[in-house]
Amino acid sequence: MNGLLVLIPVALGLGLIGLAAFLWSLRGGQFDDLDGAALRIFVGDEEEDAR
Amino acid sequence: MTEAAALLVERNFAVPDIRCAGCIAKLEQGLVRDRRIAAARVNFTEKRVHISCTPDAETPELISAFSLLGFEAHPIGDGPAEVDGGASDSRALLRAVAVAGFAMMNIMLLSVSVWSGASGATRDLFHWLSAAIALPTVAYAGRSFFRSAWRAVRHGRTNMDVPISIGVLIATALSLYETATHGPHAYFDGVVMLLFFLLCGRWLDSVMRDRARGGVTALLRNMGTGAMVVGADETSRWVDATALQPGMVMLVAAGERLSADGVIAGGASRIDLSLLTGESAPQAVGLGDPVHAGTLNIEAPIRVRVIAAGADTAIADIARLMGEAAQGKSRYVRIADRAARYYAPAVHTLALLAFAGWMIAGAGWHHSLLIAVAVLIITCPCALGLAVPAAQIVAAGTLMRVGVLVKDGSALERLAEADRAMIDKTGTLTLGRPVATNLDEADATVRALLLALARASRHPLSEALTRDLPAAGVTPLPVEAIRETPGFGVEAEWEGRRVTLGRPAQPTADSALATQLAIDGAPAMTVRFADALRPDAADTIAALRQADVVPSILSGDRAAAVAPVARALGLTAQTGMSPQDKLAAIARQAAAGHKVLMIGDGLNDGPALAAGHASIAPGSASDAGKNAADCIFLGDRLMPVVQAIRVARRTQAIVRQNFALAIGYNVIAVPLAFMGYVTPLVAAIAMSGSSLIVVGNALRLKGAAR
Repeated sequence: MNGLLVLIPVALGLGLIGLAAFLWSLRGGQFDDLDGAALRIFVGDEEEDAR
Repeated sequence: MTEAAALLVERNFAVPDIRCAGCIAKLEQGLVRDRRIAAARVNFTEKRVHISCTPDAETPELISAFSLLGFEAHPIGDGPAEVDGGASDSRALLRAVAVAGFAMMNIMLLSVSVWSGASGATRDLFHWLSAAIALPTVAYAGRSFFRSAWRAVRHGRTNMDVPISIGVLIATALSLYETATHGPHAYFDGVVMLLFFLLCGRWLDSVMRDRARGGVTALLRNMGTGAMVVGADETSRWVDATALQPGMVMLVAAGERLSADGVIAGGASRIDLSLLTGESAPQAVGLGDPVHAGTLNIEAPIRVRVIAAGADTAIADIARLMGEAAQGKSRYVRIADRAARYYAPAVHTLALLAFAGWMIAGAGWHHSLLIAVAVLIITCPCALGLAVPAAQIVAAGTLMRVGVLVKDGSALERLAEADRAMIDKTGTLTLGRPVATNLDEADATVRALLLALARASRHPLSEALTRDLPAAGVTPLPVEAIRETPGFGVEAEWEGRRVTLGRPAQPTADSALATQLAIDGAPAMTVRFADALRPDAADTIAALRQADVVPSILSGDRAAAVAPVARALGLTAQTGMSPQDKLAAIARQAAAGHKVLMIGDGLNDGPALAAGHASIAPGSASDAGKNAADCIFLGDRLMPVVQAIRVARRTQAIVRQNFALAIGYNVIAVPLAFMGYVTPLVAAIAMSGSSLIVVGNALRLKGAAR
């Protein structure tokens, strides 16, 4: 029973951190262009350095 | 640096041709080489580019920066409220889904302990914790349901949200009471799970609409267009279409669309009216002739004195007709709401019956209420709420891959019901652009010369040659000293000889378009152009007939121009129709009980597209046409129309199956709930099980457009 008093807040806290991270990334626009994000990995960096 | 950053303006451009990672790299890295553009960011999903540029960068300059990289860009006007309204809507829904999902998982964690035998003080603690998580979640995630249900009830109607809201509220209240009185059953997990699944359905629905809207915005050209206006002192500047005033003089280059109504104040040319009236032959205009917004100047630069701009143009008349025609369509009731009309009263009656039955049987009001709530939760249209959106979003995704943008779910439902197709000719059955018809007569040298000269010009006929000749394997010959004379054509030096491509020396007898290649002044070849049928028009018509959709032609063009097309495709045709005539033709069919699918592209088709039971427009259509249509197909092929109808019908079949599954599940679950066997555990299993089955069934649509 005493273990629960620690574990339950821990479990809820971790869940809340996940939720907060998701909402933060949503606000930051990370979910605005999902198809583009999948393609960006193919975009070379070398030219960006040149600039 | 910070000072410069503060002065930048943000602009959005729709670029429909973004197709791959290479395009992203090319645009983002290429655009910033222009000194006026500080940053560029591509949004691939919505096919747009967001750029930060210095305030002195004019729209045409920015567009030419795009075309230097080989992309066609259209400025998106300052209507962010309208464009982004839907996006923020689905973002709010996604937030609600996230909150409900988080709450569902944590409450489930606690509930599993209760189900596996926690009792006494531990169970009470877990129930209280669940309540602490569930109450704010219901208040936050349930808002949209409560609001919609309240709106419906206040107007004396009922929709799917009414049983949902009642079920959620009663179940929450009763669970709270159970918790307070140390009872064994709390339905917090069921309530939150219900909200989670339903929100998923809502969110899918909204994502689908956003995606199509993004695609349509990328296709719209009219917003932010404008014209070069010549001032009194012969200086010219770019004026946006919205800022054009009567009395201004526009300089309209060959190949440019007019932005306002006016009269010709200088020069003579031919005007392509096909988007406005469906008339396929270009019209010769000279000094003093009236010209209309939306038409295309094809031959020579002209000056046009504006007499009406914006809302006063001839287009406005058509827009008014469109508004009236669209009202009929808004009366369509979506299949989920039709189901809810019967479902909601049935659910409430069942719950009441359960309560009354157990009261009569002497079970006590607390026990009876518990069973009534179990009935409400188990019948709540969890699977029903997912059944329709899940199927429709999978279908829309499938169609998007074959090049059909579906604007919303109800479009798919209406498309599936169509049994008559009325098809416009110019630009719909035909390509709506000139295609050279007698290139076979030319030898290899002539073809290579044609391409070499044509690619130096933006004239529509030259562009037709530049598009079609390389596809036929022609490579241009090297020519020198190339220059273009507006109103005449292109000339160049080839092996010391003077070659020209331009207006034929003798005007042709008919009004057909033609251009002539001359070597040292001697005509070598006259290329004739015609508006060709789409390559698979005949197959499409046959496939339409096979799908039990009866096609016919509804054209604004002259009978003489429509007849060959009608004969080639074996269709009946009505010709010379005004927008009102087209509306009347659709109304006649509708009165006879037919569901008309209107396929058209022009401004003159706008009202008919809005009035048809369902409507499809090609991607090359006028903006009015694209706005009014339910679906848009891209590319030169017409077959996507039939694919869209097939997928829509498959979708309806899947939706009906999903309804049948949901009802079948209720037939098993409701008697159990009636008898009091449905504990929170059973409810949780039944709910998630039925939702998974429904979503799995919808996923079968993935390959439906083969």
